Amino acid sequence: MSLTRQDVAKVATLARLNLTEDELDMMTGQLAQVVEYFELLGELDTSEVEPMAHAVERTDVFRDDRVARSLGRDAALANAPKRDDECYRVPAVLGD
Amino acid sequence: MALVEATATELLQRLQTRQISAVELTQEYLQRIERVDGRVRAFLQVEAQSALERSARIDRRRQAGESLGRLAGLPVALKDVICTEGGRTTCASKMLAEFRPPYDAAVVERLKQADAILIGKTNLDEFAMGSTTETSAWAPTSNPWDLSRVPGGSSGGGAACVAARMAPLSVGTDTGGSIRQPAAFCGITGMKPTYGRVSRYGLIAFASSLDQIGPLARTAEDAALLLEVLAGHDPRDSTSADLPVPAYSQTVAQPLEGLTLGVVREHLGEGLDGEVEAAVREALRVYQSLGARVKEISLPHNRYAIATYYVIGSCEASSNLARYDGAHYGYRTDEPTMRAERAAQRQAGTGGKQTSDLDPPLVEMYRRSRAEGFGAEVKRRVMLGTYALSHGYYDAYYLKALKVRRLIRNDFDQAFQQVDLIAGPVTPTPPYRLGEKVEDPLAMYLGDLYTASANLAGITALAMPCGFSRHGLPLGLQLQGPPLEEERLLRAAAMYQTATDWHQRQPAGLD
Repeated sequence: MSLTRQDVAKVATLARLNLTEDELDMMTGQLAQVVEYFELLGELDTSEVEPMAHAVERTDVFRDDRVARSLGRDAALANAPKRDDECYRVPAVLGD
Repeated sequence: MALVEATATELLQRLQTRQISAVELTQEYLQRIERVDGRVRAFLQVEAQSALERSARIDRRRQAGESLGRLAGLPVALKDVICTEGGRTTCASKMLAEFRPPYDAAVVERLKQADAILIGKTNLDEFAMGSTTETSAWAPTSNPWDLSRVPGGSSGGGAACVAARMAPLSVGTDTGGSIRQPAAFCGITGMKPTYGRVSRYGLIAFASSLDQIGPLARTAEDAALLLEVLAGHDPRDSTSADLPVPAYSQTVAQPLEGLTLGVVREHLGEGLDGEVEAAVREALRVYQSLGARVKEISLPHNRYAIATYYVIGSCEASSNLARYDGAHYGYRTDEPTMRAERAAQRQAGTGGKQTSDLDPPLVEMYRRSRAEGFGAEVKRRVMLGTYALSHGYYDAYYLKALKVRRLIRNDFDQAFQQVDLIAGPVTPTPPYRLGEKVEDPLAMYLGDLYTASANLAGITALAMPCGFSRHGLPLGLQLQGPPLEEERLLRAAAMYQTATDWHQRQPAGLD
């Protein structure tokens, strides 16, 4: 399963990253090498193995259902690249 | 002896007995930073004023006879991936160049409660992705033992500042070796605690199931002192262990009776530098002379650790870093330029080869902001992770890696039924030159061979100096322990440090 330039361009779209033509070339070579290395895992028969997503397999961690202080609006907006008094401002979502 | 040559434990004692004041000590370190850091570049920001103000407050409180926290008056540096309220926290990324967190990380709260002096933020590989600090968007840090070499990474600034005596203690993070490898390269003691031992609240996430905060220090005793303050349950991190924290600093000096060390067959031999191997073998002999037994063991899935780690780590990174969209915080592309270029493209009737011309302005803004805000290594990891999680590849890569992860954990569980701790190398080689591996990602990744498995398994592990190469570069010994056995690990390390003086060496030629 070799990674092509076209695959890399598609992944860049999925990852929301604009890549230049040079970056695409470089990334294709480097990623193909790493992905080829990943093939090492194929040596192992893992059909009977449960996946392990976390080192500490704790589930159902709840806190008491009590109202606690949360981040205020001004603090939440303080780092926004662009904002008004109550919202984040972004370019048009549809059309130009 | 200059003040900055004393260990944190010694300094704390001098503060407590009022032989020195916190202001004097902080000034001493600030002067040292001033003299040395132009060449080492360990710090991204030095908080001189707030550190001095805080020191003065501590001195006043001590004068007034108030009870003080456990690290009262002791300077501590923080890796710049840990949030400090109102203070810039950049992750060494252009993406977060101006980011000022609205709250303190849990470990920062704990350090403040302990009356530590936060002296500055240290350099790292961008978003903690890298093994050299060269992927920092600002500048690489140099190894204090040889300025032409890398200090390791990603906590390279944190390790270098302790090695160069610019801070007695620093806080790092370890996702695949990012505390232990720079500790080894800089000749200091660094520890990755068990996953869950230290709260990750306020740590900017790279790979959430692997990231862990831990101490960088000169000695095991000092690491114990800092870990004791960092560790503890925090309901804001649902993976945080709800268990009491042992008094590490009280027990660290007690040697372990009847210690059995495991040596991993797969660790020594092919791929390991001869000088590192010789130093590790000599360290094992030291342990034997202290009464320890050395037993050969096997971790049969060790050779799959790097591939497993880079699949899981990249998948988690691509998901975590999706939040950097230029909308909520962080870098945003210049919008007038974007609009002008889109208009020109439309007029020329060319859309480029990608589908970007079809995207609405919002999506184009995401794509440009991320392309301009992230550096090359971060882009590689995001791309790798996105690929491994994408339709058709999820089972082959991500799910497969999660299964191998369990096999790696099982290996450790079986090993720890036979031995108390595992001893071996931290890195395959001594520190290499700046620029040597930066163009070859896979070669860089393979350097995590001995460290990444501890993160996958969630166990605790420590690195400390065990010798020097013929070029005078530090060589490291790694000890790995079962989950939550930090106390055993620290005691074993302290035992070695009472019998050797590698940890007392300091880099020459910085003054």
